[in-house]
Amino acid sequence: MAITEETVKKVAKLSCLELNEEELHKMKQQISDILDYVEQLSKIPTEGVKPTSHVHGVTNAFRDDVVKESLPVEKVQKIAPDFRSGSFCVPKIIG
Amino acid sequence: MNELIKLSVLEMRDGLLTGNFSSVDLAKAHLEEIKATNSTYNSFLTVTEELALSQAAAADVKLSLQKSNSPILTGIPVAIKDQLVTEGVKTTCASKILKGFIPPYNCTAVKKLLDDGAVIVGKTNQDEFAMGSSSENSAFGVVRNPWDIESVPGGSSSGSAVAVAAGQAPLSLGTDTGGSIRQPASFTGIVGVKPTYGRVSRYGAVAFASSLDQIGPFGRCVEDAALCLRAIAGKDKRDSTSMEVPVHDYLHEIKKFDGHLKGLRIGLPKEYFIPGMDKEVEDSIRQSLKTYEKLGAEIVEISLPHTEYAIAVYYIVACAEASSNLARYDGVRYGYRYPEAQTLSEMYEKSRSLGFGAEVKRRIILGTYVLSAGYYDAYYKKAQQVRTLVINDFKAAFVNNCDVIATPVSPTTAFKIGEKTADPLQMYLGDVFTVPCSLAGLPGVSIPCGLDSKNLPIGLQLIGKPFSENALLKVAYSFGKETKFDTSKVIGRRF
Repeated sequence: MAITEETVKKVAKLSCLELNEEELHKMKQQISDILDYVEQLSKIPTEGVKPTSHVHGVTNAFRDDVVKESLPVEKVQKIAPDFRSGSFCVPKIIG
Repeated sequence: MNELIKLSVLEMRDGLLTGNFSSVDLAKAHLEEIKATNSTYNSFLTVTEELALSQAAAADVKLSLQKSNSPILTGIPVAIKDQLVTEGVKTTCASKILKGFIPPYNCTAVKKLLDDGAVIVGKTNQDEFAMGSSSENSAFGVVRNPWDIESVPGGSSSGSAVAVAAGQAPLSLGTDTGGSIRQPASFTGIVGVKPTYGRVSRYGAVAFASSLDQIGPFGRCVEDAALCLRAIAGKDKRDSTSMEVPVHDYLHEIKKFDGHLKGLRIGLPKEYFIPGMDKEVEDSIRQSLKTYEKLGAEIVEISLPHTEYAIAVYYIVACAEASSNLARYDGVRYGYRYPEAQTLSEMYEKSRSLGFGAEVKRRIILGTYVLSAGYYDAYYKKAQQVRTLVINDFKAAFVNNCDVIATPVSPTTAFKIGEKTADPLQMYLGDVFTVPCSLAGLPGVSIPCGLDSKNLPIGLQLIGKPFSENALLKVAYSFGKETKFDTSKVIGRRF
């Protein structure tokens, strides 16, 4: 199925990705090729076939809801790009 | 070159116990080899020399106190794929978005190796976020195949395969989502094991496609890979998809092989012999089956009718899961942040756009598209349903016809660097023989079974029932025992 540059742009936006003109053009072509290829699935009858999300059929893995120790703040702040006063800092959101 | 790097893990174990050499000797020998050859192969992204030497010194103490009661991996050097987080050691997944990232905790599989006294010599290069089949998607340069440095080593666990093939480490860990352990093992002439989904904890394996990802070992012979698998396998409460299934002493079990495989039925799926595959690969696989017949196994033709749809299913399911998993790279808590951003959305977009490589972006966009409103049923749900049909094919074959399935690992041997980069779809199609096993969550082993006329290794894939690693490894071992292909004495050695 052919996909338009407009759609690729929209999906990229949804994925928080910016594409320049050249990338956009290439991406449109490559995604179209892949979609054409996967189109073959549409001809397989799957009426009533259960979709697989987990190969062994495990659905819920419950555990008791107990408070346990997690990673210490000192370790976490070391890997954060901007960490101040016990918080992750980002550019201003509300004006 | 130090002769110690030529030993198998069991030979290293013997030498350590008899005191012929120390764990520090082993670590130094491998670190020297890495230093001497890494500029050629680019298999390591980080070499942990200091850490390795201190771990080796600790292992020597442990060996002198506990002797043969020490865990079997005590003092054995291992290399770890950069997809697995290592506390205090840089972990990048070969992506610019994680450049310089130092994790605050260990992956369970790595922790288990460390608890057993293994010595980590470094972190290995790979395709970015495990997306690729050649290492050409690494942000830090392509990995070269020791059999021909103009050829790719396969991927995505490229560096881990090369490390073992080139004598930089006797063991390594990789991850396999659609073939990322088995295919590079095949391209580099070594043994690679993708365990059953749920056999090994995925905790600390950076997530690509959560319903498919598994961690597994590389070794130069089946025994080495088997003892490494035993060390990392088992239920982990930190990964709710890891399964409570007994872990056997695989090494002990495979050694029970008594020279024949009478009663074993090996299924040969007719759909795996396709137009476009190398004649030499096909001949080598058929020749391997003769070896199995000689050992008393019966070869049965089987059919896995949905094989041709597996690649389409895989790229929908894997990309959908990846688009969700990779949403976490937003520049907020860790990893790369674009420093000049004025707004939050600019920070997200710029950090991700500058941090991710082309293939990762392609898969995120494809995955987001197939999950988007209006397309979900046509693509994602459809793919999940056809995945069920692929699984049913395997189930039927195992119930009615065979105990183990044998196939080629890849339709070709290692291809030239740059040969397939222009067309992503062509690259994807190369995974045609490894992907179905992944979709079904089955264990798969790649073992070397011959060389083509270009002197490049060919791999045989053996696929087993869920959690049948015991039986599967025994079948793999018997081949190596009979042909000596996997003892690193015949074709496995490139150093």
